[in-house]
Amino acid sequence: MAKRIDVSGLSAFYGTTKAIEDISMTVEPRSVTAFIGPSGCGKSTFLRTLNRMHEVIPGARVEGKVMLDDENLYGSNVDPVAVRRSVGMVFQRPNPFPTMSIYDNVVAGLKLAGVKKKSVLDGVVEKSLKGANLWNEVKDRLNKPGAGLSGGQQQRLCIARAIAVEPQVLLMDEPCSALDPISTLAIEDLIGELKTQYTIVIVTHNMQQAARVSDRTAFFNLAGVGQPGKLIELDDTQRIFSNPSVQATEDYISGRFG
Amino acid sequence: MTSSPPATSQGRAGRSRRDSRFGDKVFFNFSRGAGILLLVIMAAIAGFLAYRSALALGKNEGNFLTTFEWTPDGVKPVFGIAVLAFGTLVSALIAMLIAVPVAVGIALFISHYAPRRIAQPFAYLVDLLAAVPSIVYGLWGVLFLVPHMDGLTSWLNEYLGWTYIFDQTKNGAPARNLFTVGILLAIMVLPIITAVTREVFRQVPRMHEEAALALGATRWEMIRTAVLPFGRPGIISASMLGLGRALGETIAVAIVLSSNSQLSLHLLDPGGGTFAQNIALKFNESQPFGRDALMASGLVLFVITLLVNGAARMIIARRKEYSGANA
Amino acid sequence: MSAATTTAPAPLLRRDLTTARLPRWAPAGVAVLAIALGCAIGAGAGLASHIQWGLIAALLFLTISYGLAAKVEGRRQAKDRFATSVVWVAFILAVVPLGALTFYTVQQGIGAINGDFLTHSMKGVVASTTADGGIYHAIIGTLEQVLLATLIAAPIGLLTAVYLVEYGRGRLAKAVTFFVDVMTGVPSIVAGLFIFSIWTMFKQGYSGFSGSLALAILMIPVVVRSAEEMLKLVPNELREASYALGVPKWKTIVRIVIPTAIGGITTGVMLAVARITGETAPVLMLVFGSDVINNNPFSDPQQSLPLYIWQQYTVVNNEYGYDRAWGAALVLIAFVMGLNLVARGIARWRSPKAGH
Repeated sequence: MAKRIDVSGLSAFYGTTKAIEDISMTVEPRSVTAFIGPSGCGKSTFLRTLNRMHEVIPGARVEGKVMLDDENLYGSNVDPVAVRRSVGMVFQRPNPFPTMSIYDNVVAGLKLAGVKKKSVLDGVVEKSLKGANLWNEVKDRLNKPGAGLSGGQQQRLCIARAIAVEPQVLLMDEPCSALDPISTLAIEDLIGELKTQYTIVIVTHNMQQAARVSDRTAFFNLAGVGQPGKLIELDDTQRIFSNPSVQATEDYISGRFG
Repeated sequence: MTSSPPATSQGRAGRSRRDSRFGDKVFFNFSRGAGILLLVIMAAIAGFLAYRSALALGKNEGNFLTTFEWTPDGVKPVFGIAVLAFGTLVSALIAMLIAVPVAVGIALFISHYAPRRIAQPFAYLVDLLAAVPSIVYGLWGVLFLVPHMDGLTSWLNEYLGWTYIFDQTKNGAPARNLFTVGILLAIMVLPIITAVTREVFRQVPRMHEEAALALGATRWEMIRTAVLPFGRPGIISASMLGLGRALGETIAVAIVLSSNSQLSLHLLDPGGGTFAQNIALKFNESQPFGRDALMASGLVLFVITLLVNGAARMIIARRKEYSGANA
Repeated sequence: MSAATTTAPAPLLRRDLTTARLPRWAPAGVAVLAIALGCAIGAGAGLASHIQWGLIAALLFLTISYGLAAKVEGRRQAKDRFATSVVWVAFILAVVPLGALTFYTVQQGIGAINGDFLTHSMKGVVASTTADGGIYHAIIGTLEQVLLATLIAAPIGLLTAVYLVEYGRGRLAKAVTFFVDVMTGVPSIVAGLFIFSIWTMFKQGYSGFSGSLALAILMIPVVVRSAEEMLKLVPNELREASYALGVPKWKTIVRIVIPTAIGGITTGVMLAVARITGETAPVLMLVFGSDVINNNPFSDPQQSLPLYIWQQYTVVNNEYGYDRAWGAALVLIAFVMGLNLVARGIARWRSPKAGH
């Protein structure tokens, strides 16, 4: 099910400000690709262009191509709603729907798409929650509100919700930045399991995390304040952290570690 | 900052300290007094109206709840609120049926649909319209809206006449009926309902909207899953605020409605009345006893609006656990 | 989806990214079509009222956009488009009457307003047979009554807000908060009845002042609400800094807290003034109305703008009366709107920065 993402010549704008410029890269299927870089370098913006979430902000637009296998996400007849169903997303802060139960949160996407059969939904809930390593913790209280869970559990609930619609790609925007270390560890383990089925892209500001979970790492940077962010280099994670080919990458990584 | 200023032992207290404590006491009592005064006013409104009502009700030869006529100054004082209660509730109901969906639509338009260039000035405009005096609505209602209602009323009569309520038995009379009043009230309460609802919609956390969109929801589905459930208490309380206004609206109704003391389910026939309208029209020409009778109807109106507004506030209060600096 | 690729059940959801989509101009096109059809049907069937034309067009717009989208794009998209259409129709539904109201008032009122109208009373004018006479006495009355009401309501309202924000704890504060909210909904006619019943107890006659009292009752809760919000926005650090200097609490409130929030408080008071200026019902029963100038609000009937409109419409009840009523209505609206605009201007100019 996992698909390859091929980006070429992509720029994104907020109104007249260019946030990222001319990015081209390939994201391999069934692997974890991490985006790192200083704040404001456009890594989150770039992530959001991969499932057309960028454009929900008023005045935001995108130029360039994003190919999901052989389909351009920005093609003329492409429905952004369908794109988002194929490319799921997990956000920085856990955001289960506050008015819904755990069960309803997981099946929210399916219900929207018109799947109504109870037996199907039940199956999906169990499978997704198991997939998100949450099943054992919540199976007895599926009808309780999702907002009652701990932060880490909420984030795993959001992952379960995202994988319930069986996406081909899973985007994660700093999924652990609002969590404590133990919950972070649980999510990182989960990412390791999920990559056997999904193409995963994760934005993180935590370089140890990038080193721990990802197979490949992309480093973004910006030339100065007000300048658009650019992709500096993309390589195997090990190479990036041990022997990057660009000086800026090394500076950033060593600066952070030092 | 909740605690009172530190108490100093009497011996060490200098003149200025004693002054400041005295000042604090005076100021505290003044401000608390203002708060208490508010409660006293509310109690006094209820008390005075109840007292005067009791004077009138004791001599009423009709049944206060079921009598149609309002002739407290007649040889045999007879007055009842049946027609007024009916007219008040029906016109407010019509107003709500029209205003609430439209207001929710406008609020959504401002918060989620309109291009930003339109949304801001339009929101501003709606707020300004909330300030248009009701006497102006009344004047506009009778001189502009009523003539323009003719087509619609004859239409309703023609196609929905079989429903009885839209059956027009007095053809050709100007549309100064409860239906038109309901529409006018809808227009009048629209800005207030819109303003409150819009604020609630604006507070919907962006992350919940994005969660829905990222699951592949269309804009409408996003609104249904994230915005409307979050905003429901706000919509309810906004509607009740609007309802309170519609129930108590006086002068616009007094101008538009051609009232009589008939209780008719034919909403398109002229006639009927409302509590507030009846008081405004009859008060100055009534004898003291008639005024007491009007006070009784005013008391009923007061209690109804009290209940409606109280309920609205309780719904709001249940979710208003955020507050600024002083939490 | 399914673990590895052992079993590959049919996916639950459709996977194609591309769908047939209506062109971008479709909604606008449908709108134009619906309006054209609405007009055609309206004119063709000889429907007198433009309300009907509009309703037909709106219904056509909703049906066509839903039908078209359902056929081309599928049911979900159709629902989405339908919702969008409904929201736009709601917007138009609101704009039309509110726009009509403003436009009609200006159109009708502008002709009546001139120097004489603004500077003369109705003294000696036979209202039903001449266009003479003016609103000077009504302007005087309104200004005096509103000023008195403000002088009563603003201090009480502000003090109550101070109590709620700076001291308010416990049952009393809760009760006050609740009843402030409920008081906002007291119908103006009830406030009028209340003052009247007190007034007759003391055997007092009609006067502008009694009207002011009723208006004050309507005004107080609005002032409390807005002042409360503004005081809450004053950061606690300011208060604590002041206490740390040994300034007593009351001086802190008077010298630091209130001046910091004064812009917002002024705005709130002005909005409240705008609201009560247009009140007719209590003025009708307490101030009674008059054709001559009465500069003394404490005795004898006065006039006021809303009351003037009411009398010109109900008592005179002919074209001369209507013209004068519209003229007064335009002046009233201009006053209220102007007050609103200024108030919001102040709010924007002097809003205390929330929090830190």
